[in-house]
Amino acid sequence: MTTHAPNFKAQKIAGGVSTDQRHDSAHKHIRGTAVYIDDMPELAGTLHGCLGLSTATHATIASMDLSAVRAAPGVVDVLTASDVPGENDISPTGRHDEPVLADGKVQFFGQPIFCVIAETREQARRATRLAKVEYKELPFVTDIEVLDPRKDKLVTPPLTLRRGDATAAINAAPRRLKGKMRIGGQDHFYLEGQIAMAIPGEDQDVTIYSSTQHPSEIQHMVSHALGVPSHAVTVEIRRMGGGFGGKETQGNQFAALAAIAAKKHHRAVKIRPDRDDDMIATGKRHDFLVDYEVGFDDEGNILGVDFMFAARCGFSADLSGPVTDRALFHCDNTYFWPAVHAQSAPLYTNTVSNTAFRGFGGPQGMVGAERVIEEVAFAVGKDPLDIRKKNFYGTSDRNITPYHQKVEDNIIHRIVAELEASCDYARRRRTIEAFNANSRFIKRGLALTPVKFGISFTATHYNQAGALVHVYTDGSVHLNHGGTEMGQGLYIKVAQVVAEEFQIDLDQVKITATTTGKVPNTSATAASSGSDLNGMAAQNAARQIKDRLTNFAAEKYQVPRDQVLFLPNRVRIGNQEIAFADLVRQAYMARIQLSAAGFYKTPKIHWDRDKGEGRPFYYFAYGAACSEVSVDTLTGEYMVERTDILHETGRSLNRAIDLGQVEGGFIQGMGWLTTEELWWDDKGRLRTHAPSTYKIPLASDRPKIFNVTLADWSEASEPTIHRSKAVGEPPLPLGISVLHALSDAVASVADHRICPRLDPPATPERVLMAIERLKEEAKAGT
Amino acid sequence: MAGFKTRNEIRFILNGEDIALTTVAPEETLLDWLRLERTLRGTKEGCAEGDCGACTVLVGRLSAGRLVYQSVNACIRFLGSLDGTHVVTIEHLRGDGDRLHPVQQAMVDFHGSQCGFCTPGFVMSLYALWMRTPEPSDAAIEKALQGNLCRCTGYEAIIRAARAISSYGKAAKDPLAAERKVIAEKLAAMKDGARIEIGAGKQRLVVPANIDDLAALLDKEPGATIVAGSTDVGLWVTKNMREISPAIFIGNLDGLCAISEDRGIISIGAGVTYTEAFSTLAKRIPALGPLFDRIGGDQVRNMGTIGGNIANGSPIGDTPPPLIALGARLTLRRGNKRRTIPLEGFFIAHGKQDRQPGEFVETVHVPVPGRDMKFAVYKITKRRDEDITAALGAFLLTLARDGTVADIRIAYGGMAATPKRAFGVEKALLGRPWTEATVEAGMAEYARDFTPLTDMRASAEYRALAARNLLLRFFAETSGTKAPIQVSRHEAA
Repeated sequence: MTTHAPNFKAQKIAGGVSTDQRHDSAHKHIRGTAVYIDDMPELAGTLHGCLGLSTATHATIASMDLSAVRAAPGVVDVLTASDVPGENDISPTGRHDEPVLADGKVQFFGQPIFCVIAETREQARRATRLAKVEYKELPFVTDIEVLDPRKDKLVTPPLTLRRGDATAAINAAPRRLKGKMRIGGQDHFYLEGQIAMAIPGEDQDVTIYSSTQHPSEIQHMVSHALGVPSHAVTVEIRRMGGGFGGKETQGNQFAALAAIAAKKHHRAVKIRPDRDDDMIATGKRHDFLVDYEVGFDDEGNILGVDFMFAARCGFSADLSGPVTDRALFHCDNTYFWPAVHAQSAPLYTNTVSNTAFRGFGGPQGMVGAERVIEEVAFAVGKDPLDIRKKNFYGTSDRNITPYHQKVEDNIIHRIVAELEASCDYARRRRTIEAFNANSRFIKRGLALTPVKFGISFTATHYNQAGALVHVYTDGSVHLNHGGTEMGQGLYIKVAQVVAEEFQIDLDQVKITATTTGKVPNTSATAASSGSDLNGMAAQNAARQIKDRLTNFAAEKYQVPRDQVLFLPNRVRIGNQEIAFADLVRQAYMARIQLSAAGFYKTPKIHWDRDKGEGRPFYYFAYGAACSEVSVDTLTGEYMVERTDILHETGRSLNRAIDLGQVEGGFIQGMGWLTTEELWWDDKGRLRTHAPSTYKIPLASDRPKIFNVTLADWSEASEPTIHRSKAVGEPPLPLGISVLHALSDAVASVADHRICPRLDPPATPERVLMAIERLKEEAKAGT
Repeated sequence: MAGFKTRNEIRFILNGEDIALTTVAPEETLLDWLRLERTLRGTKEGCAEGDCGACTVLVGRLSAGRLVYQSVNACIRFLGSLDGTHVVTIEHLRGDGDRLHPVQQAMVDFHGSQCGFCTPGFVMSLYALWMRTPEPSDAAIEKALQGNLCRCTGYEAIIRAARAISSYGKAAKDPLAAERKVIAEKLAAMKDGARIEIGAGKQRLVVPANIDDLAALLDKEPGATIVAGSTDVGLWVTKNMREISPAIFIGNLDGLCAISEDRGIISIGAGVTYTEAFSTLAKRIPALGPLFDRIGGDQVRNMGTIGGNIANGSPIGDTPPPLIALGARLTLRRGNKRRTIPLEGFFIAHGKQDRQPGEFVETVHVPVPGRDMKFAVYKITKRRDEDITAALGAFLLTLARDGTVADIRIAYGGMAATPKRAFGVEKALLGRPWTEATVEAGMAEYARDFTPLTDMRASAEYRALAARNLLLRFFAETSGTKAPIQVSRHEAA
């Protein structure tokens, strides 16, 4: 690193807010020197764990003979449920429905039942295969298609949202229709898999390095499983190789087992599952079955909507409650439903327990809303974009959501109008029509879809954050906060906030690993809240120190407080300027505290789940995308020809980072809705558990033309951190435009008279089958 | 044993260091060795099956006297296959003086990393690309990155970086170019023509001195595991924890890697990789070019061999159907005995091939279609690139002067337990005028020829339908249809 020489004449600091800064670790990423947990030097004697997974889908364990496992080379121990010293439970919402290791009963194929601890990872993996487990099979259900969302077993209580009388509105509407859609799940496919390394300390202590978005929860789960107070457990994470929600709760198991083994054997223990085990044994995005009924008029004005969102939750609740809640919170997307009834059904299945995934149910809700729009458009014979615009939330009226929150910051009209113009929608619509008329096998499709995403944890208490800031006597700053870095650029954004606050160059702010020992009781880095919450907490900490420095300077130099100004790398006190570091040193000599714990809680929000009313979201983030595709009607293969995006992130803290979030979020959303297919066989085994069978987008799946613009005019309507807006999740549902463009191309084979009802993931197979169905229906109809 | 020495160590160069190993397990992968033995932890494990590219490193080798570097997946590359090579990892990259390497600087400046875990692999793939194509087209960049998954960026930033690399420095001035000569000399000196034998019992590996040595070894030890590119055997080890001793490594074996053409027949040694075969095949049988571009990613194409693709007998291997349609023949060898059979006869049943104990696939002979023939091959997958076939159809048509079908050979993968001819369809077409009506009659025969399965890649219904439609596509392609007949990524150059 170069030595820092601050510029005392600068007009602006280097690296404040609203500047394009590189990812804090970019230079380390490209050299291979960024340290992930598996890259840390192991302590001498480090042991390695491997999970033994159930090979039955639902069964009681009749017998478990682990003698061959124990006798295998290098094996030190085999942990089973009885080795858990505390409670054998890692259910994140306290429902006690998710054991660390299955005890007597397994509820999905791949559920961990034992854990081999060996001298090397390879020895642990080899030994795991020697277990002889006999099962007494029980009846199982892996798919929700056969379940009754009103009667069958749920993993957590459902939610109902209600505004107006939807049934009456639908019955009174000039036209009505109903339908059903299936929305697929999604594997996170973080490039760095799950991993935990536990290092035993003295007394009850243990330190865990865990690839987690939620260090505090890891701490709680480990202390729970060990039966020790939280103070004995310290969890640290410098960076993850991707998270996407997959490391919000899913690291618990690995951390708990590593900790149990480490305390038992007084040796460091690392558990890094193989990719296949990771994909089999950890949860994914919920797939949904959506029943919808809609009443509308001949113009396509929607009058009433009724939804049932049934989700495959797997064998335990995990986060399925809030996930299915958020699906309902987004079943309106950008649309005003004059009367609405929406219900969730978090269904129990004998599959891995589904979990958080970027968007957290919201995208599924929006996919349902967009299907309703599409159905109405086909029913009245109009371009779906016309129906979309017709039904947008108003700005002064027609602005109450199904959960009775008023939409106060609606900018979707402007976003869509600007995008429609810049992407040349109307002309391209005509060009495509002409192309399709002259092309027998290849058909093009076009769709423009909007996004409105609610920002805040819907569990109000999670909307709090802490930070710890130290100013050292040389003027350099140590920054710590409760947010975790998974690639999204949170660390650099919060550092920019602190640099801005002190008016010091960014490289004077040291970003440090997230640890429960510095900032306690943190929320998961999730719900797009990272920079909103932690940026504010860090700003608060910095301001406390700045306040003390101001008071000190005012007193020492005998000037009024308002004559102490923090300028770039220096402080003006009355008529003189001194270096920031000099003021800090003087303050230290005068025994001024140069460290502060910052705190923030989001104002204005509240939510009464029983009533289905409140203001769960502080604000909304908006965007829109227009995609064009070409589809081969002989095979269902397709290509995304072009995508235009206009997205807003308020007054961005860092547009370079935000652009990456929007581009990456779109591609991830597109992958979810196109090629990423989870496939279970008739025995309840997930068969797509590696990149060879589970296909996330490649560079060559990007739109051929990809224009992404951040709205430069937007700013948060609420006093968020420097009026920026959240960017983690909102871009993901921009991928819905690809699904609808595919649907549009499919519809062309029947003259756009029949709604294709193309369910995601729209694999080439689904596309071809939809084409065939439409051709047959068109034939039957004429 | 005559003509060569036996040595008991593997010798190669790791970055700047000469390596000689006398203890190497046949199952030991390059990635584990780098990360665990050498604590070089810039190279990451993402999937341990050669599909994500996080472990991409370069392997340099003398090829016809020139030092050529190729990207490979270290996770499924066995240490035993590295004799006489230069292994370059992310730790070896550097720019002029204190500067970053041009590939690295471009990635930083264009925000090409987010979580950073896939990044070293991308850097290495881009480095390999830049060395051979300093000013690549978007098509070339995408091809070079087919074997690298990124879950954060959506790739756009990485592509921007890739386009700009040469503005940060010239490939000819690459700091690694400076050591090229020394490395080439060292590698040349390592090539002593010896057989390498390491270990014993369940920990034994052999690198034969040449093809005759291989024949002799296999004759004596017919149960040995033959490892060529290890794009399949690698997974036996990393995923199924199989032991493969005694393992015989035949990658780059003298006498097994030649590709030649004689009187319209291209003969491909069983050790020829997809990458090595590409230039000849794509030139002589153009329809194979786009197919080869969709087999794995660069890393897999640089390792995997056509011989291995045939020998492992998979019903979803991508090369057997087109080779069968072309009428390819296969030479198998045991000791000094050879026999040559039609390729389609090699595939007997699922998991069963016409390969006797001690026998190995030596050469595949591919007739180049005549000017009067029309040849096409179509691969259908869930994701366009780097995906395993759901169904693949290959067609070789000869039309008579009167426009009737004089001869047609149709072969499919993914539609049966083996790569298989569509005899019923062929029969329905033979002698008929090449018209859409004839093609429709042919399409009706598919149900008799194939009863495909449902699995995670596709349903039986889809396979049947799409496979049948490919005949219509072939008709459209051969009958001068003007409108596009396939979606395309890049317009033909």
